[in-house]
Amino acid sequence: MPGTRRLFRRGAASRVRRCEVIPQTGLWTTFLTLLVSLSLLGSACGSTSQSGSAPTSAATNALEGAFPVSVKAANGEVRIERRPGRIVSLSPTATEMLFAIGAGDQVVAVDDNSNYPPQAPMTKLSGYEPNVEAIAKYNPDLVVTSNDPGDLVKSLGALSIPAMLEPAANALDDTYAQIEQLGMATGHVSESARVVASMKSQIQQLVASGPTFDSSLTYYHELDQTYYTATSNTFIGQIYGLLGLRNIGDEAKGAASGYPQLSAEYIIKADPDIILLADTKCCGQSAATVANRPGWDQITAVKTGAVVGLDDDIVSRWGPRVVDFLQVVVQALDRLHERVSA
Amino acid sequence: MAAVTEVRGAKLTVRPTRLRAWLLVAALGCLAGAVLLGVLVGPVRLPAGAVLKEFVNRLPLIGVHSGLSQLDAAILWQIRVPRVVLGGLVGAMLAMAGASYQGVFRNPLADPYLLGVAAGAGLGATLAVAYLPGRAGWPADPLPLTAFAGALVAVAATYVLGRSGIRSRNTATLILAGVAVAAFFTAAQTYAQQQHADTLREVYAWILGGLGTAAWRQVALILPYVAASGLALLLHRRLLDVMSLGDEEADSLGIRATRVRLTVVIIATLGTAAAVAVSGLIGFVGIIVPHTVRLLAGSSYRRILPLSVIFGAAFLILADLIARTALSPAEIPIGVITAFVGAPFFLLVLRRTRRLS
Repeated sequence: MPGTRRLFRRGAASRVRRCEVIPQTGLWTTFLTLLVSLSLLGSACGSTSQSGSAPTSAATNALEGAFPVSVKAANGEVRIERRPGRIVSLSPTATEMLFAIGAGDQVVAVDDNSNYPPQAPMTKLSGYEPNVEAIAKYNPDLVVTSNDPGDLVKSLGALSIPAMLEPAANALDDTYAQIEQLGMATGHVSESARVVASMKSQIQQLVASGPTFDSSLTYYHELDQTYYTATSNTFIGQIYGLLGLRNIGDEAKGAASGYPQLSAEYIIKADPDIILLADTKCCGQSAATVANRPGWDQITAVKTGAVVGLDDDIVSRWGPRVVDFLQVVVQALDRLHERVSA
Repeated sequence: MAAVTEVRGAKLTVRPTRLRAWLLVAALGCLAGAVLLGVLVGPVRLPAGAVLKEFVNRLPLIGVHSGLSQLDAAILWQIRVPRVVLGGLVGAMLAMAGASYQGVFRNPLADPYLLGVAAGAGLGATLAVAYLPGRAGWPADPLPLTAFAGALVAVAATYVLGRSGIRSRNTATLILAGVAVAAFFTAAQTYAQQQHADTLREVYAWILGGLGTAAWRQVALILPYVAASGLALLLHRRLLDVMSLGDEEADSLGIRATRVRLTVVIIATLGTAAAVAVSGLIGFVGIIVPHTVRLLAGSSYRRILPLSVIFGAAFLILADLIARTALSPAEIPIGVITAFVGAPFFLLVLRRTRRLS
C-alpha cells in the first residue's frame, strides 16, 4: 500500500504543470491567494495557457482518503489509522505547511510560536519545552514537531498518539518531502503535490527573473546583532546560492556548523554588496541601526542602501513561504540593479 | 612575607611590602605587549608599519601619512582599538574586583559574581530584551543600564538578606544569601526568557559575553565607573592587608572591619556591574588573575591590587585576541578562552611556584 501511494505521489507531482489553474477550496484558497498576490505567479503565468488537465482524477480521489497509511518521517515509519481530525502542531513550519495543503481545519492546536497563518489555533503549548500531558489534553490523533526534546515522540507513542518528526530542512528537497509527507498523513496528497509543484515553479521563475550583474554579488546574512551568520551550507544559504550570490561567511566555513559568529572587522573588510537582516523582529535591527554601527558606513551595501530587512519568522522557517523570502531578495536585487545601472 | 608582624608589647611594625619597581615595570611591559599585539593582529591583516604610523599621526604636532585606506583606518580606529581598550578595562575591573572580594571575605574562591552580580545583570538584560521592544531604535541602548541596575538590585538584596551575618561577622551568611539571591534571580530570568522564547537568541548572545560589538560608546559608558571603582579599591589596599588578619585583629588596630568590608564590596560591585553590563558574563578572570599575582608577588594587597589591574587588562586583551583570531574570521566566545587557556596556565604557575618554594 505505501508503495503505490508513493508512486502516485510522484505521478501527481509530475503531472502538475507550471502555473496550472488550481481548484481552490477552503483555507487553501486564502493561503494561495495570499501567496499569489505576493508573488510573480500571476503576471508570469498569463501566457502559458496550455496547462495540463486538472490532477484530480477519479483514481486519485479514491486513494486520497484511503487510510490507514504509513508515512516515513524523520522518526521512521509512522502508521496513521484514520484520517486525522485533531492534529497538534508544535512546529511553526509544520503549521504553515498543514494550512498550505488544506489540512488547516484538521488542526486543533498549534504551539506558541506558530503565528502564521493568522487563523492557526495558537495555544500556550511550547515546542521547546513540550509538556506531554498538556498536548494529550487536546486528544490529538496526530502530533507534528520539528524537534524531539525529552523523548517527546516516545512519550506520545506510549499514549498511542502518532507523532511525526519533521526537523529543520537542510535543502529545499527536504521541504518538498516534508510537505508531501504531511499531505499523505492528513489525506491531502494531491494538494500537497500541487503546493510543491507551485513552489518549484515560482522559485524557478523568481530565479530566472532576477537581475544579472557584471560580477557575482557578495552578501552578509545577519542572524543577530552580535554577527552570527549562516553560511552557504545552510538551508537559507542554499537559497541565496540559487540567485548566484556569494556568502562572505563562507570563509569561516569550518568554524561552526554553518552558523559562525563573524568578527566585525572582517565583515567591514569583506565589504558585502548586500546585507540581509534576519534580526529585525527579534533584535530590532534595521538599515538605520546598521548604518549607525561604528565603521559600517564604509561598507558598500550601507553606502548604496542595499541593507534589506527580512521577516525573522519567514527566514527561520523552511515552509511554503520560502518563496516570499526569495521574492524579497529578488526585489532588493532589482532595486540595486536599477541604482547601479542608473 | 607576612605583611604585618605583631611584636609583643602591643607595638606593631608594618614591614614595607611595597610594590617592587622591577615587578611593576615587568607587568607594565606585559600590558604594553598585549596592547600592541591586540592592535596589530586581527582577522583583517593591516600592515604593522602603517598601524604604528597611524598612532604616531594621532600624537599632537606630528603629521605622518600612514597609507592606510579609509576602510582600513575605520577598522583600526572604530573596531579594533575600542575592542582592545574595552577588553583592558573589563579585564582590569574583573581582576581587581575578584582580588578585593577574596580579601574582604578571606575566601580564595570568592569572585566578582559572588553576591549575585551575574544573575542580577542577567535578569536586567533579559527584561530589557523581553519587555522593551523597539529599543534598538532608541538613541542609547538601555540594555547595559538595565543589566547594571539588575546587578545592583541583586547585590542589595543579598545585603538585606545577609545582614545578620554582616553584624555577626560571619561572612558565610552573606555568601549563602548571595547564593540564594542568585538562584532566585536566575529563576526569574529563565521564566521571563521562557515566556518570550523569541528573545532567547539575543539573551543568550549577551550571557555568553564577549567584546565582538565593542565600540567607543561602551568605553565611554563604563570608564567613569571603572576608573572611580578602581581608584577607590586601590586606596583600600592597606586596609585589605589588615583585614586579611581577621576581623578581631583589624578591630584591635582601630579598623572597623565590617564597615571596610561593606565599602569595598559596594565599590567592587559597582565596577563589576558596569563591566558586565557591556561585556556580558566573562568568567574566571576574577579568580585566576589575582591568584596568579599572589603566586608571583606574595600575599600583600599592596601588590596584588595594582598588579591585578595590569595583569587583568593584559590577560583579557590576549584572551580576546585568541577569541577573534584563532578561527578567524569566525569568533569564539571569550569565556571559552578565559577558561580554556586560563586554567592550564594557572595550574602551570601553581606547579612552578610550588617547586620554587
